[in-house]
Amino acid sequence: MWKFHRWFERHSLILLIGILVVVSIGGLVQITPLFFIESTIERVQGVRPYTPLELAGRQIYIREGCYVCHSQMIRPLRDEVERYGHYSLAAESMYDHPFQWGSKRTGPDLARVGGRYSDEWHRAHLVDPRSVVPESVMPPYAFLEAKELDVSHMRAHLTANRLLRVPYTQAQLANANADARAQAEPTGDGAYDFEKRYPGLASRDYDGDPSRVTEMDALIAYLQMLGTEVDFSTYQAEDPANLR
Amino acid sequence: MDFAAASHFAQTFGLALLIALFAAVLLYALWPGNRKKFEHAARTPLDDDNADNGKD
Amino acid sequence: MADIQVRQSAGLDVAGVGAILALGVVLAIFGAAWAVDAPFQTQMYTLLAACTLGLGGLVLVCADDPACFSRGRYEDGVVKAGVIAAMFWGVAGLLVGVIIAAQLSFPNIFYFPDLGWTNFGRLRPLHTSAVIFAFGGNVLIATSFYVVQRTCRARLAGGAWPWFVFWGYQLFILLAGTGYLMGITEGREYAEPPWYADLWLTLVWVVYLLVFLATLWKRKEPHIYVANWFYLAFIVTIAMLHIVNNLAVPASFTGSQSYSLFAGVQDALTQWWYGHNAVGFFLTAGFLAIMYYFIPKQAERPVYSYRLSIIHFWALIFLYIWAGPHHLHYTALPQWAQTLGMTFSIMLWMPSWGGMINGLMTLSGAWDKLRTDPVLRMLVVSVAFYGMSTFEGPVMSIRAVNSLSHYTDWTIGHVHSGALGWVGYVSFGALYCLTPWLWKRERLYSNALVEWHFWISTIGIVLYITSMWVAGIMQGLMWRAYNELGFLEYSFVETVEAMHPYYIIRALGGGLYLLGALLMVYNLWRTARGDAPAKERAADIPAAAQSAATLAAE
Repeated sequence: MWKFHRWFERHSLILLIGILVVVSIGGLVQITPLFFIESTIERVQGVRPYTPLELAGRQIYIREGCYVCHSQMIRPLRDEVERYGHYSLAAESMYDHPFQWGSKRTGPDLARVGGRYSDEWHRAHLVDPRSVVPESVMPPYAFLEAKELDVSHMRAHLTANRLLRVPYTQAQLANANADARAQAEPTGDGAYDFEKRYPGLASRDYDGDPSRVTEMDALIAYLQMLGTEVDFSTYQAEDPANLR
Repeated sequence: MDFAAASHFAQTFGLALLIALFAAVLLYALWPGNRKKFEHAARTPLDDDNADNGKD
Repeated sequence: MADIQVRQSAGLDVAGVGAILALGVVLAIFGAAWAVDAPFQTQMYTLLAACTLGLGGLVLVCADDPACFSRGRYEDGVVKAGVIAAMFWGVAGLLVGVIIAAQLSFPNIFYFPDLGWTNFGRLRPLHTSAVIFAFGGNVLIATSFYVVQRTCRARLAGGAWPWFVFWGYQLFILLAGTGYLMGITEGREYAEPPWYADLWLTLVWVVYLLVFLATLWKRKEPHIYVANWFYLAFIVTIAMLHIVNNLAVPASFTGSQSYSLFAGVQDALTQWWYGHNAVGFFLTAGFLAIMYYFIPKQAERPVYSYRLSIIHFWALIFLYIWAGPHHLHYTALPQWAQTLGMTFSIMLWMPSWGGMINGLMTLSGAWDKLRTDPVLRMLVVSVAFYGMSTFEGPVMSIRAVNSLSHYTDWTIGHVHSGALGWVGYVSFGALYCLTPWLWKRERLYSNALVEWHFWISTIGIVLYITSMWVAGIMQGLMWRAYNELGFLEYSFVETVEAMHPYYIIRALGGGLYLLGALLMVYNLWRTARGDAPAKERAADIPAAAQSAATLAAE
């Protein structure tokens, strides 16, 4: 027994293996059950994959580092629920690769920001935050308005997500590039087909400039859908089936 | 796998194993016979020579 | 005979590094030609330039003597390079930190609508990565290469490979940092570098591990000194965390964007398992290794209790890995995982303080050195800050406390008490030690400048952490405040407005800390150049000589 530890001290490979074993235990015990214990993510009506435009908007949200100041995770505390809405459910981020729960609220939580403000408010706020909220410390994002959205690779993006078991249909994959534009062109040729492929969603111009599809369109489309998937007038959080 | 089974295992075998491991480390570190060796090891940084480290 | 062996193996190492660089050139050309987005193309040109320069440098250095990387008792060149790189990235990272602190204080002055890449969201990952991975990483690589050679009494193994580790790591930093500015990120804190940079780092890191292990195998001491255990745990655990957390599917193999393998809850826990253990193994285990070598060395006394260091080691690495879920209290993560995270975080207090006591008590019987040796004082104060933040951490991991502190600037203050006080000071202490040792100088250029550095940056830290502590608690209380009618008292933006004075104090504190670091760089530069030590302060001159001087003056 007392010779035993001398191995660690004298044989670096054994020390290495000892370290690996010791540091693996915690991760294995905590992380692996999340994939196997069935009740980790409850099934909730309404949660759906992102449309190509929303996904493009989400990538812009990530690119600009919005997550370093905005959380997307409402905790079940009285003030948070009153301020931001129903607390976040695990299912609401089940298609989020990566998750964007955040860790800091330099700005407010955005988990349910969808539908709270008009598209025009978002546009004005993103272009110059202090024109709408004088005390804001948020950076300006006027350049999004000037930048045409590159939709030419949306199909590849949807395909990568489908590989990760996000349930996109073949038709959604095949038309991803066109759908990304169509969602922001309500009078365009693709709007009808888009609405057929994504039931319940309507095509609309988000950035006030119907002539082009910009990065501003995509980002606002994403912000406006956040937290709107689940209908909390019918969802029973306290139902035994939903308790973990 | 359900939560109850996982937590039962953790709270019995898991706990016992971890306590045993901790006790082993503790015993080893405090075993009187090892004292001399540790005292020698502790002097390692003080005894290293800094001379002759230029390239030849 | 031995020399021939050296030559042969030396040829192999140079050929191996050359092959990797050549492969890098080919991949970079391929990637640039088929790039699907412009930032990716720029990154590939960066890679191309780096690999070409590397190949050219390799040929220049080794043309006459392929064994040039294997001569001499110790390999100190790569350690010197690490010291210089650490100083450079340290100043750069702190500067970006001051800039983003100024942005939050004066958004009308420090934001530029036409320069999207200077926005907070892109600079903040640049700041965190520059100070943690660029500054901290270089300090760890340099000190580990130094310590493993001295405590094993063996030259660094691998010939050219340690240099590959050093330059490969700088390339990783360059790709990640320039990538953030162009908007390339994976969108998870402290794991933002894109998939191809992650792959490159994996390669560099595996070589780092092998170099470290191979040096241990060559050692002439039977026992592996405890600092090396901590370094080894740091290297191997970071490899594990990095690989698992960065598993991702690229949208295109010639594009910068990718999607993480896990989603939602699983992704969140994997990320914070990574994120918290980046703190535990990068910013703690690695720097504890520095503590276990440099404090005994500088104090000229063995570590207080070697037995305690063994218990410290195993308890720390075992407990740390569980603590991640305390970043996810009250979220959609199952509660059992949150509770586990909290419990282990509180238990972690014990080994942390065990380590602190071990570091501090090494000075027992030699406390007077704190008065006369400002470098040793910096090292010891770093351990005190370590004790402070490892006490605050477990407190903040308690669910009830966390419900107040989470999402607020209290967390930012906590992180910086550890980062500035512990990691920063222990690194500065190590750099102050290493520079005269490596450049063969009798002593530092100026001890008085070290004093100035110490006091200016200490005031900076105090301003930083007290302002963020007050700001954070105030923020948390304002968010949950109700008026007498039962409505929320404050709108969100009122809490933003209330932060304004504290953000200014914070920026000031950060500025002072940066100023201190600049003094250090100047001091170390003069030391390395071999400039004669500056005139001693009056207090340091023996009393007899002083009175004689006074008499002469009269």
